[in-house]
Amino acid sequence: MAAEPNELRDDVLNGLQLSTQLERVWRTPSGLVGALMSVDHKVVGRRYILTAFAFLLLGGILAVLMRIQLAGPEKTFLSADKYNQVFTMHGSTMMFLFAVPVMEAFAVYLVPLMVGTRNIAFPRLNAFSYWMFLFGGCFLWTSFLFNVGPDVGWFSYVPLSSLQFTPTKRADVWAQMITFTEVAALAVAVEIVVTVFKLRAPGMTLDRIPLFVWAMLVTAFLVMFAMPSIMVASTSLILDRLVNTRFYDSSSGGHPLLWQHLFWFFGHPEVYIIFIPGTGMVSAILATFARRPVIGYPVVILSLIATGFLSFGLWVHHMFVTGLPQLGAALFTASSMLIAVPSGLQIFCWLATLWDGRPVYRTPLLFVIGFIVIFVLGGLSGVMVASVPIDTQVHDTYFVVAHFHYVLIGGAVFPLVGAVYYWFPKIAGRMLSERLGRWNFWLAFIGFNVAFFPMHILGLIGMPRRVYTYTADMDWAHLNLVSSGGALVFAFSFALLLANVVYSLRKGALAGDNPWDASTLEWATSSPPPPQNFDRIPVVKHRDPLWADSESLPVVAGLSAERREVLLTSLAEAEPQIREASPEPSIWPLLAAIATTIFFIGSIFTPWAVLWGTPPMAVTLIGWFWPTGSKEDEE
Amino acid sequence: MSFVGQPFRLRIGTFVGLTGSACEAECDKTSMQVRVQRVLVLCMTWPLAACAGQQSALDPQGLQSEQIRHTLFLFLIVAAIVWTAVVIVLGVGLLRRKRAADQPLDLHQPFERRSGRVILALGIATTVVVLGLSLVSYAGQRTVFAKDEKTHTLKIIGHQWWWEVRYEADSPHQSFVTANEIRIPTGQPVKVELESADVIHSFWVPSLTGKMDLIPGQKNELQFTAKNAGIYRGQCAEFCGIQHAHMAFAVIAMSPDEFGRWRDHENQSASNPADQLGKQGEALFRARGCALCHNISGTLAGGQLGPDLTHIGSRTTIAAGTLPNTPATLGAWIADPQHIKPGNLMPKMPLQSDELIAIIHYLEQLK
Repeated sequence: MAAEPNELRDDVLNGLQLSTQLERVWRTPSGLVGALMSVDHKVVGRRYILTAFAFLLLGGILAVLMRIQLAGPEKTFLSADKYNQVFTMHGSTMMFLFAVPVMEAFAVYLVPLMVGTRNIAFPRLNAFSYWMFLFGGCFLWTSFLFNVGPDVGWFSYVPLSSLQFTPTKRADVWAQMITFTEVAALAVAVEIVVTVFKLRAPGMTLDRIPLFVWAMLVTAFLVMFAMPSIMVASTSLILDRLVNTRFYDSSSGGHPLLWQHLFWFFGHPEVYIIFIPGTGMVSAILATFARRPVIGYPVVILSLIATGFLSFGLWVHHMFVTGLPQLGAALFTASSMLIAVPSGLQIFCWLATLWDGRPVYRTPLLFVIGFIVIFVLGGLSGVMVASVPIDTQVHDTYFVVAHFHYVLIGGAVFPLVGAVYYWFPKIAGRMLSERLGRWNFWLAFIGFNVAFFPMHILGLIGMPRRVYTYTADMDWAHLNLVSSGGALVFAFSFALLLANVVYSLRKGALAGDNPWDASTLEWATSSPPPPQNFDRIPVVKHRDPLWADSESLPVVAGLSAERREVLLTSLAEAEPQIREASPEPSIWPLLAAIATTIFFIGSIFTPWAVLWGTPPMAVTLIGWFWPTGSKEDEE
Repeated sequence: MSFVGQPFRLRIGTFVGLTGSACEAECDKTSMQVRVQRVLVLCMTWPLAACAGQQSALDPQGLQSEQIRHTLFLFLIVAAIVWTAVVIVLGVGLLRRKRAADQPLDLHQPFERRSGRVILALGIATTVVVLGLSLVSYAGQRTVFAKDEKTHTLKIIGHQWWWEVRYEADSPHQSFVTANEIRIPTGQPVKVELESADVIHSFWVPSLTGKMDLIPGQKNELQFTAKNAGIYRGQCAEFCGIQHAHMAFAVIAMSPDEFGRWRDHENQSASNPADQLGKQGEALFRARGCALCHNISGTLAGGQLGPDLTHIGSRTTIAAGTLPNTPATLGAWIADPQHIKPGNLMPKMPLQSDELIAIIHYLEQLK
């Protein structure tokens, strides 16, 4: 963009003037409409995080309902039909409305701060993505409350989910909800990749990018390659249901296994889409509380990338009992087990860091320690599940339920709760209570293990998954009762987390810029950060800038102080290239999301929605991209 | 073995001369002989009995399930060693005395280099262990899925929510169909051909071998050999709709001789009702529409939608392992099947109580 000769630049203003001026330029407009127009990544990120945690709460309540039903044999707390809806909603909510969105939400909030820029790339797309996620989630939950919630499992296998065996709208609701989350997740993935590649602070070369940002970059690529597969799958499903195509109908040349291949080609990387951000959080927390940088920075990054690649090569281990050729299955055993190598290398790096560091035992670190203990166990049971003969016994039993809860809760939720304690001061400006935090950790750790460890044994002694009841003579009652008790304790630990957040928002100690003495850029600005993130864009000369230059960071000057501008830098060396305008707040992303939602929901009930649903979408997109031009162009 | 609640179980216990807990103790290897004898005696009688571990991968009764347990235990041992090692290193790392705090960036260069070498070595070790386990797994897999030339072959077709079992022979006179109970000879390889009539189900008898899916439009097969006589519970493992939880079955392994006798008996058509009430029941069975869905060989009832009832009286359970087969449960099921398995495909038929009694009486005679 051509520089105007008499444009107000940040180098002519002193500190206070500059900060007042930038706040005026970057702030979200006031009032309700202003809030709906916001394109600030921090505002959107905060909403995203809160909404995702609200879905965690809902999904958690469903989990407790299931554990009450299974606490004893032949209970009638939930009917068969209700139970099937509940476990489908639990899985769908946790995977699509909590785990992936919450990880992306943290990235939306943190990545721009950690790479030292003023906003995420494509802020309006970011706002649109949040609205899509919100509407999709509300749509699914409203359906559930009106008794049209999906009941065919979060995996929705055909032909059970076909029109013939699920003639109600339940499976359509599920398929369209998938599309919502795909749109939201893909949009965020694109933003993250561009933000990391083009908006990094000058001097933040590839080998100075914080590990959390690396993890989110790898995750974003996984999202971009995995999501289209489920998109194809769910679109084919809804076409089969609504307009009588025969993709999955074996009597007309289709095949039910096509669904499983497409689903698991997405579904396995999905696990890593959740886990890799968790490892990023662990690396961030560990470095800060072990009081030294993570040992083996390049090893960790290569492990992340290797994990990402390998995660696409092992979907077949979800299909070992579908009658695929034996030798092929054995090769997928080997590739599934090989992913233990990069995961193991990361663990070794963290152990070495803790070994050499001088740990400060605050709540975030406790959750990281809990993560290592639990996740390693989950990883090892994963090695078992990858073996064809063992899998023929444990597949679709409670052993697998135990395994993936160890991996997903151990590998993602423990780091995530640690991350809440770690970054809450930055987001809210206040500290969470340390005393409640310790209670939170110990109840979560004990409750989790009591709830899920017995499920390994239950699976081995024959309890299948997704059964709403079992008889007293099956010898499953005692372990189920123990498990349900543990689940209640685990659920209570989340109530404590909620209480801690609510209490600390008002009464927590003020945090200050960098309460943990951490090393990355998000701690270089105030807590909570101002709308412009940084008054002056920092220059990075070290992998741990705040530890290397603890007094004052070098900065760049010359950005506009009267317009929203971000600084683009080169991909590898992060050398400054150009100043680029960043979009103003706009109501159009919200309107576009509303139009898209009407289109998607309408198409469940009539294929004609594809015709009458597109004009409103077109109008909102035109509004969104209407070329306003910059002021100097008009003059 | 029993499928259902306490009363049934007590009855078995009394019959075998064991209480519930003693029954479990009975199952360990030392008393296997006793158990096998008892089971053999009981095999053709009702109720059929076995005891704990009835659906457990840890209590293998077949060649394949034994092989799988070997592999499983090896993996478990390796996992336990690795996990313990990690937790010990973590614990020592957290607790060991360290020098007083200095700047975070004041790195211990020698440690960094040394730990780099250790991490590399551990990475190589992990790769070796993982590839070793892959090979062990493959060896186990070859044993489990080894194909025998001479097998007893039968076809199993999954339905929402019951199992159709077809014993097919070259001569149609030796082919017959039954449901929810699979009888096999001990010590001889059995091949089951798996198909589905509707959605995906999964055939699973953990005591004998691992599971295999039944997929519409695809023929899968599974082969296993029962070492000992006994009754082994199986259950559908793939979510297949509202009554997935109630889609169980029994595999009854019996000596080859007994199996032959059973097979000969099963070949025969249903016996004619012996008394007036039975005759009345047979007529009602057709008049009230039962025959539209159920087949009873040798009679005019030829329905194909529901389970074949030719020898229903000799089966241990009804409704795919949901209830023990007694006059009372049979009556309760026919009177209101939706109460017992909500959502199942058998409609509730309006019947007078005397009609119900006649039908039960008729079905009871179909041994």
